[in-house]
Amino acid sequence: MIINGVTIDPTFAEAFPMKATRAIITAQNEKWAMISAQAMTGFATSVIACGCEAGIERVLSPDETPDGRPGVAIMIYAMGGKGLAKQLETRAGQCVLTSPTSALFAGIEGGKPIPLGKNLRFFGDGFQIAKKIGGKRYWRVPVMDGEFLTEATTGMVDAVGGGNFLVLAESQPQALAACEAAIEAMKKIPNVIMPFPGGVVRSGSKVGSKYKALSASTNDAFCPTLKGVTKTDLSPEIESVMEIVIDGLSKEDIDKAMRVGIQAVCDLGAANGIKRISAGNYGGKLGPFHFHLQEIMA
Amino acid sequence: MTSLTFTLIETPPAQRIDMSPLVCHKLAGLSLDQIAAIELQCGKQKLRVDQLFHITGSNADDISIVGSTGKLDFIGKELASGCISVQGEAGAYLGMQMKGGTINVIGDVGFYAGCEMKNGLIQIEGDAGDFLGSALPGNKQGMKGGTILVKGNVGQRCGDHLRRGQILVEGNAGDYCGSRMVAGTIAVMGQVGRYAGYAMRRGTLLLWNQPQLPATFNDCGSHTLAFLPMLFASFKSLNSRFADKGIAFNRVRRFGGDMAEAGRGEILVKL
Repeated sequence: MIINGVTIDPTFAEAFPMKATRAIITAQNEKWAMISAQAMTGFATSVIACGCEAGIERVLSPDETPDGRPGVAIMIYAMGGKGLAKQLETRAGQCVLTSPTSALFAGIEGGKPIPLGKNLRFFGDGFQIAKKIGGKRYWRVPVMDGEFLTEATTGMVDAVGGGNFLVLAESQPQALAACEAAIEAMKKIPNVIMPFPGGVVRSGSKVGSKYKALSASTNDAFCPTLKGVTKTDLSPEIESVMEIVIDGLSKEDIDKAMRVGIQAVCDLGAANGIKRISAGNYGGKLGPFHFHLQEIMA
Repeated sequence: MTSLTFTLIETPPAQRIDMSPLVCHKLAGLSLDQIAAIELQCGKQKLRVDQLFHITGSNADDISIVGSTGKLDFIGKELASGCISVQGEAGAYLGMQMKGGTINVIGDVGFYAGCEMKNGLIQIEGDAGDFLGSALPGNKQGMKGGTILVKGNVGQRCGDHLRRGQILVEGNAGDYCGSRMVAGTIAVMGQVGRYAGYAMRRGTLLLWNQPQLPATFNDCGSHTLAFLPMLFASFKSLNSRFADKGIAFNRVRRFGGDMAEAGRGEILVKL
């Protein structure tokens, strides 16, 4: 399959089951909601070493938030429910509770309830106040700038992590420009995050390593500087490869995000140095969810 | 199906009547004959329902009590679901320990309305007597959930021992409003009497007018509280002035107390 001169490889991306939640951070204005959201989703690019994968889903207008203030929806993904709950609580406590004027609300109705502010309330040292409003439990925690308002719990649901595609280009600037275009388009799709810096990964990995202590290592088949010394998957004109990783609440959400992302890359086309779209295919070793590129783009 | 209607034959009845058997979940599946044969405590004797009421209709989930007076006690006691509509006044213990559903009263209600209720909605178009949403004498926890809306005034000790839930009063409240509150919310648009929040441990008294506060409440200053707009937004489905967008506010003067008790309660007065 070729779209606008870009070859779509007959391969698939492999993804795996995860647990996910969403939280809504509001503040006096969008600037401070975003600052808090960026702090909460920082150092959360990969479960390999961060404990979770997190990202900003989208900015919310005041009429979309529970307290009528500007807000940001963030999502956190982890390999298990216990790990997710721990990451959520730690990050909420250190990054949202501490952030001026912030408030924190559940972003997923239903699912299994996990603590959001339920335990953060103890920061109030006995001065915290519970309020049940509209059937939901909230905590008002006195803090130095006034009160930190937080919902007690949010919902945890089954999700899919690790959807991906690779952009193969003739140069590094062209690969990055294509990925930036893809991320801009993919940000408009609900229920997904692209957890890596700016949504783009330059150090895609393969499963396993020659070193026993490592579970993942550089994807040498897609490293352009190794074209002559390893079993490469790159043709001579490819000088740079970048990856976009997608976590989503369902396979369908990731399908949509991949479709618009790949389309945005293909819109730039061969004229802008984009040669191929491929995917992290690990021969079925990584996970049960398979995203066939040509089926997605059909 | 038309609502199951009980029309009082003798108004007012000679003696007080215990209406607790006539709630939706207890009447579900019964024929009119079976309902007519239910015995109600009336003074010191037991009388059949059809000796006291004309019975019409069939939908036990929607009960109407027509010609009701202040002598009908325990209306909607332990109501689990459905709706009871009271055309007229209601006596004491309206909606006592109710667990769900809705009770609407066109007129005034007596003492202990909504006492120890756990969930559901009570709407009172007229006034309510003393001990609204409170605990029964000797008990330590009053209303534990749900909403009571009073469009008129309420008597003394409103929300005494309130544990959870909300009491909304469009009119005035008597003395000792929110006394011995454990938690929950009481909102009063009108004036409140003396000793508001007396011995409250936790919970919120939300007032539109500055009350005469006990000496054991301390001024915590003026604040903008983020939860207030959400609280007002939760009232929007009510048929009440509380549902008007224009009445919402988030600037309040906060008084903490009762310092003679745990001191974790608050009286918030609109600024």
